[in-house]
Formats: sequence, structure tokens, C-alpha cells
Amino acid sequence: MHVATAERSHGRRRAAALLFLLIGLAGCQLAGAGAVDAASRPTLPAIERQVMCVSCKIPLNVAQSQQADRERAFIQGLIDEGRSESQIKRALVGQYGPAVLGLPATHGFDLAAYLVPLAVVLALLAMLAMLLPRWRRHSPPDGGRSDASPALDPSDAARLDADLARFK
Amino acid sequence: MGLLIYGVSAKSASRTLDELVAHHGHPKAPAATHTLPVLGGASATSLSSLRGKVVVLNFWASWCEPCQVEAPLLERAQSTLARHDGTVLGVTYLDASPDSLRFVRRYHLTYPNLRDADGSFAHAYGTDQLPESFLLDRQGNVRALSRGEIDQAFLDRALALAQTS
Repeated sequence: MHVATAERSHGRRRAAALLFLLIGLAGCQLAGAGAVDAASRPTLPAIERQVMCVSCKIPLNVAQSQQADRERAFIQGLIDEGRSESQIKRALVGQYGPAVLGLPATHGFDLAAYLVPLAVVLALLAMLAMLLPRWRRHSPPDGGRSDASPALDPSDAARLDADLARFK
Repeated sequence: MGLLIYGVSAKSASRTLDELVAHHGHPKAPAATHTLPVLGGASATSLSSLRGKVVVLNFWASWCEPCQVEAPLLERAQSTLARHDGTVLGVTYLDASPDSLRFVRRYHLTYPNLRDADGSFAHAYGTDQLPESFLLDRQGNVRALSRGEIDQAFLDRALALAQTS
């Protein structure tokens, strides 16, 4: 009888401990998720670095003007609403136009900003493709190794053969 | 080097309209059919909807200090223009709607205002600094322009055009 009561009480303690453990784990999980959310949430300095002050035409993070402060307030308002970085950028473009992103346009002369680096890379690749076979044709067949042994004198060769025969 | 020189010349604001107005009479207003959203409203309209009116087209932004100076002048001109089938048409450029609307309330502007969200309408007029104003006749031709703050002489010309045409 006594043994049965002790066993039941022990079982209850184990169940309670298990419950506490589960609650603790769930709490950790929620805290972790919160930490991830906080980490992925955009911040004002992060957005400021990526956009321009439209009136001063310099990056917002270094701009000091009334308009820059208005833009910051606008961004902060969107952050407070829980908007993501891309949503905030879209809203900024909607209000201030694409100039706020400070990116070259994809038409007109601005297109050169994208095409010139591409053209340079292609030109380099073409140059390599032209020069590499020529360079390989001109390099010596032994790969240009300069430490190749000179040919042995016939008497030295005979002596070497005799020495080798002795060690066999 | 050639690319750099071309880039500098291509990026500078177009002054074609200035030359046309100065030497070749009255060119058609650019981008007249370009539809722009009404500031603070859900609808959209274009400059061509004002054909038949004398229009003082004014590009502005709430952060632009000269715009603050000329806003009361434009509002005064609007009351006279409206009596002679004319209007001021404001177009905001590089400005957030809430700021623009605050500006409208602050200066009690009664003339219509549109939003040039992507700046393409302003670029068609070679606008890269604010404020800039253009006087359009009833046929939608550019009769005069002012790059910078307008003066009373510019507005007087607009009023005279509205009263005599």
C-alpha cells in the first residue's frame, strides 16, 4: 500500500517535471523566434544607407536637412507599422520617385552603368581566349622547367651503370 | 573619356524647351496627355484636360523654400485667373504626399495639384530644380517659362493672356 502511494507520488513529480521542461522549451522557442524577427526587422540606419535625400541628392545617412528629417520620419513610420525592407523601399519610390533609391535607371545613358562593367568583363574574357592558346603554343613542351638534367658524358654514363650494377 | 563627356551632357537637364520658346515661338506643351494622380485624391488627370484654359503650370515641393515664397503669389493669381477661364496647376515633384498636403493646407491653396511620382513629367519640361513654372495658352502651347521663383511680371503676363485671349 505504502509502496503504491510512493510510486504514484513519484510519477506525479515526474509528470510535473516533464511539464515544466516542455513549458521551458516552448518559452525558449518563442524567445528564439522573437530574436529572429527582431534581427530581420529593418532598422532606420540600415534603410538610410540605401536611400537618397531627394532634395540634397546625397545618401540619407549623411544628409542634414529638413527634408532628410522628413524622409527619416516617413521611414520610421513604416518601420513602426512593421513593414519589410522591400515594402519600405517600394513606399519610398511611390512617394519620392525612383530617384530616392539612387540607382541608375535602366534606360537612356544610365543603362551604361550596367552595360559597361559587363562589356569590360566580356572584353577581358575574349582577350584571355585569344591570348591563352598563343601563350601555350609558345611555352616549351616540358612546361618550361629549367631544372632538366644535362646529358651525361659517355664515360660518366658507363661509370654510373657500373655503380648501379654493383648495388643490385 | 568620351563616355564621361557624353554622360555629363546627357545627364544635364534638357533646355530644348527654353530654346524653342525663346527662338521658335510657342511649342506644344510636352507630355500633355501624361496622366498624373491628383494630390490627396484617388483620381488622375492630365494637362490636356485643361485645354481651352490659360494654365500656369508650377512644379513645386514642400521642402523647397522658394516654393513657399511663391505659393501665396500663385494663390492670389489663381483667384483672378479663375475668373477668366484660367488656372494654376501645381505639380509636386520629389515630395511625399503627406508633406505636400500639409503645404497645401498651410498656404490655403485652392488650385488643383497633381503628383509627378516618377519624375517623368517634370523631366519632359527639363525640370531638375524647383520651383519652375510654365505659362500655357488656351491651345496648350508654352508661351513663357520661369526656371526658379516666379515674379509678379510672369504672373501679370499670365493674367494678361487670360484676359485677352
